[in-house]
Amino acid sequence: MPIVPLRKMAKGQKGIIYRINAYGELGRRIRDMGLVAGTPLWVRGRAPLKDPVAIRVRNFTLTLRNNESDFIEVEVEEIL
Amino acid sequence: MNSRQANLIALAGNPNCGKSTLFNAITGARQHVGNYPGITVEKKEGYCNFNGTRLKLVDLPGTYSLTAYSMEELVARNYLIEDRPGVVINIVDASNLERNLYLTVQLLELGIPLLVALNMVDMATARGVSINSEELGRRLGVPVIPTIARTGKGKEELLEAAVRLANKDEVPEVLHISYGPDVDPVLDKMEEQIRAGAFLTETNPARWTALKYLEADEEVIGKGRQKDPVLSGKLEELAEHVSGHLQKTLDSYPEAIIADHRYGFISALLKQGVVKQSSKADRLYLSDQLDRVLTHRFFGPLVMMLVVFAAYKFTFTYSKAPVEWLQAGISAIGGLADAYLPPGPLKSMVVSGVIDGVGGVIGFIPVIVFMFLVIAFLEDTGYLARVAYMLDRVFRSFGLHGSSVMAYIISGGIAGGCAVPGVLATRTLRSPRERIATIVTAPFMNCGAKLPVFAMLIAAFFSAKEALVMSLLTILSWTSALLIAKLIRWTILRGPSTPFLLELPPYRLPTFKGLLIHTCERAWQYVRKAGTIILAISIIFWALMSFPGLPETEKRIYDEERASILAGTFHESRAETAAEPAADAGARIRDVDYKEAQAALKNSIAGRVGTSLTAISFVSGFDWRTNVALLSGFAAKEVIISTMGTAYSLGQSRKGEEIPLGARLAADGSWTPLKAFSLIIFIMLYAPCFATIACIIQESSWKWGLFSFVFNTTIAFLLSALVYRGGLLLGLG
Repeated sequence: MPIVPLRKMAKGQKGIIYRINAYGELGRRIRDMGLVAGTPLWVRGRAPLKDPVAIRVRNFTLTLRNNESDFIEVEVEEIL
Repeated sequence: MNSRQANLIALAGNPNCGKSTLFNAITGARQHVGNYPGITVEKKEGYCNFNGTRLKLVDLPGTYSLTAYSMEELVARNYLIEDRPGVVINIVDASNLERNLYLTVQLLELGIPLLVALNMVDMATARGVSINSEELGRRLGVPVIPTIARTGKGKEELLEAAVRLANKDEVPEVLHISYGPDVDPVLDKMEEQIRAGAFLTETNPARWTALKYLEADEEVIGKGRQKDPVLSGKLEELAEHVSGHLQKTLDSYPEAIIADHRYGFISALLKQGVVKQSSKADRLYLSDQLDRVLTHRFFGPLVMMLVVFAAYKFTFTYSKAPVEWLQAGISAIGGLADAYLPPGPLKSMVVSGVIDGVGGVIGFIPVIVFMFLVIAFLEDTGYLARVAYMLDRVFRSFGLHGSSVMAYIISGGIAGGCAVPGVLATRTLRSPRERIATIVTAPFMNCGAKLPVFAMLIAAFFSAKEALVMSLLTILSWTSALLIAKLIRWTILRGPSTPFLLELPPYRLPTFKGLLIHTCERAWQYVRKAGTIILAISIIFWALMSFPGLPETEKRIYDEERASILAGTFHESRAETAAEPAADAGARIRDVDYKEAQAALKNSIAGRVGTSLTAISFVSGFDWRTNVALLSGFAAKEVIISTMGTAYSLGQSRKGEEIPLGARLAADGSWTPLKAFSLIIFIMLYAPCFATIACIIQESSWKWGLFSFVFNTTIAFLLSALVYRGGLLLGLG
């Protein structure tokens, strides 16, 4: 299955986190929020200016900036 | 390890887990908000009586984790380690269990007496999730008690279990999680060395210290180096070794592996009979449906503008009447003091220093109360997070955060606000650099006290284009605030933006009790902390504007002048009809009074400073009169008009009588529209009034309070000089 950065995912698209490429503070924050490899997520929407992105993960809604979502690689069914 | 404080209970949990609601339900109004020493993280303490025992509760800042990256997390962690509460209640959102348990796992690794409050079980049930709390407790090894903080359900059981746990003598077991074949052996080895060397073991479990070395936790490693540099060096070496190995073989880091295994542990914990999901998971709940409109590409910003405008209106419209009552009360007291105190410096100090100062402090209270009420409402409902989400793209470009908008709006982003509540409104901002940049630039907005000064100048010099100039000023204040924020974030507050990662909590109706407690506590905190500074500076300012006064010889000249007018009137009135010359004499005597006041002002310390400042201020076109008015404006911007009136010997208006200052300036040949505009720019940007500075100090530090004074004045001077000199060059003078 193809792997894309979270930024490239479309609204409503589902996937499973493949890898987190961030370290240091950002990496720690991402993991603290429950984004680790193997976690399913789907894209709930984007802010009016297309950034940040809102995702649904572990039963809650998390928003992150596009430049932060670049560090999250997601395994998806197909590239949209 | 030293003993725990049996009657001290700490509440720990994620943001939005209902922790504060539970804290309010248990302690009621018996609570106290302060700050942890030296930092701006709020410290909430409260008391409750349970079965005859007085319990002290501490509401720790809401955190997702216990790393050393944010102030909140450090505070929570150090409180647990150093203050040693008898029991820690970990509040966990039942409808969001996996992520909430991530903190629980870290608390268990700290080896503290823990109790889990499984909160919002009603929400979870509504979402079709049922949780077997007994089984969860068995697997975690700690009591788990279901609660509904909003209604107070489960509160008694929780306290009972807490007291029981706090009085147990046995040391709680430290949770051991397996971190996989790469990390476990090293962890064991490190744990052994730590135990052998009794390294930080008086406060921390050995395994926890080892984990922190593996996670490269700067704070713990720093403490370790102080304690035993040799052993610390060995541990760091071991950690580096395993880190290098993991990078080579798995392209990963210890902290990532550790997080993965913690979440793995939680997933396993929740399987097989702990959590049952009856309906389909991940369906759209009411919140998501609301968000379809409220964060919609087109309707989202539209609704947001309405909400922000309503918040502004609410704060400043409803506080208007109480502000007026308070001011009426203060001036009544001032009137009493005026009537009963003997004339002299004491009376002057009481009336102009103390009573005005107290008035300055409490005059802000209604605005602050309404602001906190509205911000708490927006925050507790979950809408403020949506505002940050929608606006972050814009504010991030200037090195700020989506949440900065509320501080800007309240400070006068919609002309007529006030920077005092505006600065206090930055409390909701948790990114330290972005927060300071917001605090320093929010006072550039056109607050309600600057408006009468602008109105006077605009009416005198730009009377044909009043609306246009006023809109231009709003645009100018936003532009300068944003650009200067950017400048600050490029220079002294340089650094990458704090990770955004913001949770959009489900929409909830806040509890009225919670809103009230929240608001009253913060208003009281303002009176205590900012209030004392404001009162002190008010007295200093009174002294600067009144001393040394006129020398006796000069006073006598004015006395003689008055006497001669009186004598002259008496003489004339024999010949002509009495009324007219008497009225004329009254006016002439008042003129002498004004001249004396002008001379006294010029001779005061502030007047002398104003006069010597003309050496620089001429660049912007300001003479000593403007300078002294600007100095007095540091007390409150609206005072600029009355001081300028005195400086032009137009008489003081304390009770709101019109001073025809505008007409006087317009008729003055040395004043031009260009000069007036330069002055407007200066007033818009220069040092915040000292009530605002007191709040900046309260919210950050003395350093930033002083900085905003010096920096903002410098910026104001440079820009007004640019406007004035540029305008002269272009022939606009």
